[in-house]
Amino acid sequence: MLGNTSDRQRIAQQRLRIIAGHLQGPVDGDSAILAAECKAQGSKTDVCREGKTVPRRRQEIMKWNGWGYSDSKFLFNKKGQAEFTGKRYRLSGMIIPGLKDWMEGTFGANLQHKTPATPLLTSSAVQPATLNKAFLEELKSTGIPFSHDAEDRVFRAHGHCLHEIFALREGKFGRVPDMVVWPNCHNDVVKIVELACKHNVCVIPYGGGTSVSSALECPPEETRSIVSLDTSQMNRILWIDEKNLTAHVEAGIVGQDLERLLNESGYCTGHEPDSMEFSSLGGWVATRASGMKKNIYGNIEDLVIHIRMVTPRGVIEKSCQGPRMSTGPDIHHFIMGSEGTLGVVTEVTMKIRPMPEYQKYGSVVFPNFEQGVACLREVAKQRCAPASIRLMDNEQFKFGHALKPQVSSIFTSFLDGLKTFYITKFKGFDPNRLCVATLLFEGDREKVLQHEKQVYDIAAKFGGLAAGEDNGQRGYMLTFVIAYLRDLGMDYYVIGESFETSVPWDRVLDICRNVKARIIQECKDKGVQFPPLSTCRVTQTYDTGACVYFYFAFNYRGLSDPVHVYEQVEHAAREEILANGGSLSHHHGVGKLRKEWMRDTVSNVGVGMLKSVKDYVDPDNIFGNRNLL
Amino acid sequence: DKIRALDPMLKKRDDFEDMLEERRNSSDLRYALRCYTPVLYKGLAPCKASMLKSMVLQSDQLHHVIGQVSRETGRAADDVQEEASAILEEMAHCLQLSTVRFFAFTLSKVFKTLFRSICVNEEGIQRLQQAIQEHPVVLLPSHRSYMDFLLMSYILYTYDIALPVIAAGMDFMGMKFVGEMLRMSGAFFIRRSFGGDKLYWSVFSEYVKTMLKNGFAPVEFFLEGTRSRTSKSLTPKLGLLNIVMDPYLKGEVYDINVVPVSISYERILEEALYAREMLGVPKPKESTSGLFKARKVLSEDYGSIHVYFGQPVSVRSLAQGRVNRCQFNLVPRHIPRRPSEEIQSFVNDSAYRLVRAQEENMVLKPWVLLASLLLQNHHQDQTAGQKRGMVLEELTAQAVWLRDMFREYGAFLHWPVVLLDICVGGQVKPGEPHSTVTPEEELLSQAVIVLSCASYRNQGLHVFLRPALLASAINAASSNLKQEVFNSFSFLRNMFSNEFILCPGATVQDFEEACYLLVKTGALQVTQQELLVTERGQRTVAFLTSMLDPFLQGYQVVCRFLCEEATENLTEKQFVPAVRKFIIKHLLAGRLRYTEVLSSDLQKNSLAALLRLGAVQKIKGRIKLSKVTYSSVFLLRTCVNLTYNC
Repeated sequence: MLGNTSDRQRIAQQRLRIIAGHLQGPVDGDSAILAAECKAQGSKTDVCREGKTVPRRRQEIMKWNGWGYSDSKFLFNKKGQAEFTGKRYRLSGMIIPGLKDWMEGTFGANLQHKTPATPLLTSSAVQPATLNKAFLEELKSTGIPFSHDAEDRVFRAHGHCLHEIFALREGKFGRVPDMVVWPNCHNDVVKIVELACKHNVCVIPYGGGTSVSSALECPPEETRSIVSLDTSQMNRILWIDEKNLTAHVEAGIVGQDLERLLNESGYCTGHEPDSMEFSSLGGWVATRASGMKKNIYGNIEDLVIHIRMVTPRGVIEKSCQGPRMSTGPDIHHFIMGSEGTLGVVTEVTMKIRPMPEYQKYGSVVFPNFEQGVACLREVAKQRCAPASIRLMDNEQFKFGHALKPQVSSIFTSFLDGLKTFYITKFKGFDPNRLCVATLLFEGDREKVLQHEKQVYDIAAKFGGLAAGEDNGQRGYMLTFVIAYLRDLGMDYYVIGESFETSVPWDRVLDICRNVKARIIQECKDKGVQFPPLSTCRVTQTYDTGACVYFYFAFNYRGLSDPVHVYEQVEHAAREEILANGGSLSHHHGVGKLRKEWMRDTVSNVGVGMLKSVKDYVDPDNIFGNRNLL
Repeated sequence: DKIRALDPMLKKRDDFEDMLEERRNSSDLRYALRCYTPVLYKGLAPCKASMLKSMVLQSDQLHHVIGQVSRETGRAADDVQEEASAILEEMAHCLQLSTVRFFAFTLSKVFKTLFRSICVNEEGIQRLQQAIQEHPVVLLPSHRSYMDFLLMSYILYTYDIALPVIAAGMDFMGMKFVGEMLRMSGAFFIRRSFGGDKLYWSVFSEYVKTMLKNGFAPVEFFLEGTRSRTSKSLTPKLGLLNIVMDPYLKGEVYDINVVPVSISYERILEEALYAREMLGVPKPKESTSGLFKARKVLSEDYGSIHVYFGQPVSVRSLAQGRVNRCQFNLVPRHIPRRPSEEIQSFVNDSAYRLVRAQEENMVLKPWVLLASLLLQNHHQDQTAGQKRGMVLEELTAQAVWLRDMFREYGAFLHWPVVLLDICVGGQVKPGEPHSTVTPEEELLSQAVIVLSCASYRNQGLHVFLRPALLASAINAASSNLKQEVFNSFSFLRNMFSNEFILCPGATVQDFEEACYLLVKTGALQVTQQELLVTERGQRTVAFLTSMLDPFLQGYQVVCRFLCEEATENLTEKQFVPAVRKFIIKHLLAGRLRYTEVLSSDLQKNSLAALLRLGAVQKIKGRIKLSKVTYSSVFLLRTCVNLTYNC
């Protein structure tokens, strides 16, 4: 009886909270809504009426040659101060006083030296579409919407690799899909794939378009008509099973919609990749995605219960939803990471969890990166990692600092000054060596506080000092705006990108040092005129190792082919990663960018295995994006 | 680009500064007490010797090996740990600035008495300073004298560069007081052999790696392993080089800078000692009292020293495209493993490259040329049964000819403006022994002088080595056909690869290099099929051939000894005395031309070569002609025939 009452109470509270949320919009305070705040809130009409963020014509709300929403971007205003436009993010509408100095100091960039992008997409510069008439005729009869408009096609010809965006900014387009189709459900996809097989048309699935592995690039040697299959309109939650805590969802849904819609019922998946505003469920499955809060919720492979995929051979799926099976190799593992080479993921059953009662950010300052890594290793050893724990190196710490918005009160800035004084003077931390870990705790209040204490106690053993919730929260917010920042850099001769790896614990420090040094050396050798930004962070912890991100950017003034230089340096950095025991990728995938290392990564037999699966499932290479193998 | 690689003339070298000059003009005491603030790797604070020890003892690698040894021997882990600690205690340096200052003072006094000048290339010093800040540094000086490492530390102190820690042989430890002094000036001591001792190896390698990868101090050791008694570079030892390259290969550091240092003495302190040692007079055990007795050397003139700090070599760039570092991905890095074949061959090739880099920057004095000429002349005299020496004018003329040839081959010559102000008039020839009793004793005292002379000649051998091998090969080959000449070149090169620095597997490059140099100097014509010695090349080829002649005869006589006199029970220990007896007999009978073949160094090298080529075998410490009789006899024959042809 007792349990029943509390259950009822809980549900009632949830309802209340959701209703309040609808009425008031996000509120400040320690409620769970705080987490959602740093993500895009979407336009009001979308949220309430249809729950759709992504329209068929993406160009209505998104940039065609940069990251994210058209209304959100960094710029230098007339006073020469950096500003973030729009209303979607916490940082929106704010002045960022430190950014200009940081950009000038770090890259030697100069506001006088601009490299503006081509403002408009000129359709005439796009290759005319090669259409397969018979396919087109039959497709028309199905009533599935499609387009061969140049803008639509260009939008689906790229991900967000540096070279892809750079080319767009210069108004250059390579091979683009010849048409785009928007299936509305699983059966639509079945029809499209059948027709594609019948008429020998190449199909490239497209989800959120956030790939950073050249996975969406059309193979230039492809002579068949290429159809981009955009899953964005397959974005419904088909059912929620509260008994088993699962949800059955169409694979085209993007992360922010999935979370928001589940939240309305009091649930979440807890899967939050950095790209979650735009990346789709199907994309996560196809690339083996990882989410920021995997310590509590798991990575995509832990979250998926059932997958439905349409292949040229037919539909592949399991017959039941048992939580674990011993039925030979798990067929899900042929699908996860297949990167669109085998078929289209149409529907996925996922684990869901009740929304956490309480969330708390936190941060810890360490005297140096070594101590920070040692602390993360200990946290992993004791298996007490918070929902998220990330360690930034000194350069990133400084970068985070540069992105602090203008503070409104004198009191806050006074407090900041006091904190800095305490850490650098009183505690003797060297401002050029110290580094910061950001933390996110989730769960019920009691446990969160207990957990928090445990983690801070461990940190203290490694010389760590608690540095407040604010620093932590800002760290996570930066995740969502950092991609916008690259566009700003590209306006001023600065290009860059991030790439990731996973590595055993004993190698973490070595790989960080060596890859950063290699980047700096390669830049020098390749004639880069300015010292590059070469920094890293540890973003995930596991029992036996960690995920490490590298950020690399440089000022390319004086270089005739900056993108080529960039690619050479990134290539060298990847070689260095592999030579230091790092993996080819932790969650970005292989695509075409890292294909050359697949054989060394999984052995000849491994490649043979994957190939034979491809040969069976898709003998005519209908899914011809040529990723992975 | 290929030409540049082949042509030694195109090498650029720095100028020298005499560092003793300032010592002669200012206070040694003030110099010894001056402020010494070297820049360290990445601005590190220096690490106390005690902290270093505890880092080593707590290392994963040592921990692992202690566990392993404890399991294998059944001893308690604490006990093994204790032993490790004792090994470390015996080994570790404890660098103290006060001792360094003491040495700075005394060495200033000593050096000023012994040497006219100590010349250092200051640009090299600057490069070293830069290198130390960038990456951990390994210093690899050539090794001709005990003086080498004192001299190195002295120079680095003078230029305000971080003092190195130096791998020294255990024999110094015998000298009680001096051993400790050296320890306090940065030496650490390693046993000469510890083949199977896992624990020792582990402590040792971890100790070196800890110092290196943390950048606490440059690590210094001698690639040649021991002092060269002959002034020829010795075949590099790979143990320590393996250890210092390991942190790079395993990704523990981004890179390591290796700096070859060439120390050329005008006259080596141990000169006469070496000759005696090679002739069988055993070397005195290092002892403090012996050192004092040796102080009479203070009254002699040892000329000048040239120290050339070479271009730092990045281990990363050496390994580029040669070593796949992924091979360490699947086993924890702290578990000691035998280096893979790939790595062994990489380290071996690097070692040869580095020794060659040392050789290239060795400064050659006129004495080297004169000694070469006098020795050749001496041997001609002997064959002719005369004792006439050389007329000074003739010697001068030949020396000038030879000097030009040295230059063309890219030698680093220091040719003073005024030459030979000491020897005025008369005839010049190797000195005469004073009073002698038996013919054997006379022979031996003669040999001491010849071997000393040879050690001067040997300083310049590396300049001509490849052309000389080619010249001998042309002489030995039955025709001028390129292929035939190449075959005999390849045979000679292979046979001599224990004697000279010849990197295994580089036969074709060496052949090309030799051809290139001889063609460039107009001594050789190369057609599609043939190699032809030109008219004016005759003299060059004759000179080059006779450079190698003593060595060929040495190998020949060892072969003959093994065929004719080796008994069933010849042990390795007995080998040298037995060969010596055999050679003395033949020399006295006038059947051998070169007294030089009495050198035990030559004899040991030829035995090593014959073992390597499979002509003889070592079974239970005994030397036997190979069971594969046919091939071994054939080999020896070829060897003997060749030398007869020459």
